[in-house]
Amino acid sequence: MANIAIDAGASVRPKHYGSISRDRRWAMRWSYFFLVLFAIFFLMPPFYMLLTSLKTSQEISAATNPWWVFAPTLENYIALLSKNDFLIFFRNSALVSVCVVTVTMVISVLAAFALARMKFWGSATLATGVFLTYLIPDTLLFIPLFKMFAWVRDVTGIELINHWWTMIILYPTLSVPFATWIMIGYFASIPKELDEAALIDGASWFQTLTKIFIPVAMPGIIAAMIFSFTVSWAQFLYPLAFTTSASELLLPVGIVTTLIKGDVFNWGQIMTGALLGAAPPLIIYAFLMDYYVAGLTAGATKG
Amino acid sequence: MAQVTLRKVVKKYDEVPAVRGVDLDIADKEFIVLVGPSGCGKSTTLRMIAGLEEITGGDIAIGGNVVNDVPPKDRDIAMVFQNYALYPHMNVYENMSFGLKLKKTPKQVIDDRVRQAAQILDITELLDRKPKQLSGGQRQRVAMGRAIVRDPKVFLFDEPLSNLDAKLRVQMRTEIKKVHQKVRTTTVYVTHDQVEAMTLADRVVVMNAGLIEQVGTPNDLYHSPATKFVAGFIGSPAMNFIPCQLDQAAGALRVRMGDKLSFPVPEGRTARYQPYVGKPNLVLGLRPEHIMETRPHIEPNQHDFDQLIDVVEPMGMETLVYFTVQGAEVCGRVNPNAGAVALQPMKLRADLSNMHLIDDSTGKVL
Repeated sequence: MANIAIDAGASVRPKHYGSISRDRRWAMRWSYFFLVLFAIFFLMPPFYMLLTSLKTSQEISAATNPWWVFAPTLENYIALLSKNDFLIFFRNSALVSVCVVTVTMVISVLAAFALARMKFWGSATLATGVFLTYLIPDTLLFIPLFKMFAWVRDVTGIELINHWWTMIILYPTLSVPFATWIMIGYFASIPKELDEAALIDGASWFQTLTKIFIPVAMPGIIAAMIFSFTVSWAQFLYPLAFTTSASELLLPVGIVTTLIKGDVFNWGQIMTGALLGAAPPLIIYAFLMDYYVAGLTAGATKG
Repeated sequence: MAQVTLRKVVKKYDEVPAVRGVDLDIADKEFIVLVGPSGCGKSTTLRMIAGLEEITGGDIAIGGNVVNDVPPKDRDIAMVFQNYALYPHMNVYENMSFGLKLKKTPKQVIDDRVRQAAQILDITELLDRKPKQLSGGQRQRVAMGRAIVRDPKVFLFDEPLSNLDAKLRVQMRTEIKKVHQKVRTTTVYVTHDQVEAMTLADRVVVMNAGLIEQVGTPNDLYHSPATKFVAGFIGSPAMNFIPCQLDQAAGALRVRMGDKLSFPVPEGRTARYQPYVGKPNLVLGLRPEHIMETRPHIEPNQHDFDQLIDVVEPMGMETLVYFTVQGAEVCGRVNPNAGAVALQPMKLRADLSNMHLIDDSTGKVL
């Protein structure tokens, strides 16, 4: 009956072919449907982490509804934050990340400026080469790196294995290529006349970089900084392979190695540690999100 | 004193010549406009004077010193770019003072100069704004301000008005002329717009295919073009070019265009044109204003003829009529009240006292 009524109504009124607002409404509904679906899908693990971190070990192993906390407690947080190890991991990770971001930015901004602006023989090939190195997976690199470290020890006597600061040398191999690539794209979008004007105004190449390019390319620089911070904060393989002593571990590896004793998983503290470890990038992203998006899309459109 | 001298200047990009040997003397305080179609080498020439392009051959001297290997910052020049090239993160004041700051000029001097330049350009109230808060015309003023502040030997303008709309372009053109009258700095100005060239220049340099076609005052170029290219490039609507022949009959010379149309050559020119009688590839050059409606009183060297009009374009103060002679489209400027009607015959008058005879095989005006 209802169908007939609708049909009758439609035949009376002139038909709106491809009505924009109706199409739009449906497009919106579908996008919301999928966005909510994805949001639920991706927020499930962190949400589960949060729930578990608020439970006692007894409640975690009890056969109750895992999606509810019956006796919320902060004991995991207190235990973890009063543990010296965890604070050392945190400090190591923070120091490594800050140093890596600094090293990465210095190298990639200088490299990108040279590759984007000082047209020299082979600069285009070199720019492509930089990006290609980014495509080599880090799993392929750590065995040759072991060999190199052994060679360094034999020649100079400096031991690079089992030190947290070794990561400051290692991580840039992952972060520099991509950061350079972002910066090349960003610098290339700056009109050529801008550096010519600076050149005529009497600026040296270095002054052009520091006084014109870096301020103008700030969104790109922030995007590259966030990227290299994420790389170094979340990196798991290299610290796992190259560090073993508790005092030299970084956060991701430290949580796993110290809180899993044999086959005993201290789930409450693991989840708490993971949650605390995820906090700094989250906070940084939240504040700099706009810059990040602007930086990643800068090469695409001019202006 | 800042004359600019170019001697046999050549620029090649990977063996492709962009500028093929340019000789030019620009006097102190002179306003020179380089004009030509795109790809004629005018911008490259300007950029070589600025030092933004290395020169492949020849010499460029500014104020008597050869600057071939001198970097842009030491040439004592200032340049205004087509897209303004203002530093987006600096306000107007910082944009204008950037060059002086780099030279470590005392703060007070910078402040005086910036405010003086701002006053000349009427942008004093904009000094705190960022470029993106300015309109196109205002940005152009700031770009000029940045040049003026540095008090250079030479101003270089690279198509500075091309990004502005038509009305603003005319306004800024006058503005640039006023500024030059105030500061009297030697100026080299590049444009593809011949009206801009005519209105601004003390002397115009017409370039084509990497070479200078002619150098002269706007009136020189307009009335005595040296080549067909210059004759056709300067003036709007462009000069008419009609294929013709030179006949001699009973001691008098006549330009003949096909079977129907032929006019006697003005007396003063018969001796000059005599050698070209019967030669092929001749073209008559006649500006649209020398083809008008017929009038009661007739001057010497004016001749009436009947013509079928193809198209009529009323412009307000005048009406343009288009018709075809010998396969060439010809434009005439007639009085709006002369009653020109498309596809109707009309009695027109040609004034040959300002005619040009062109050898089409060499492109030279005879």
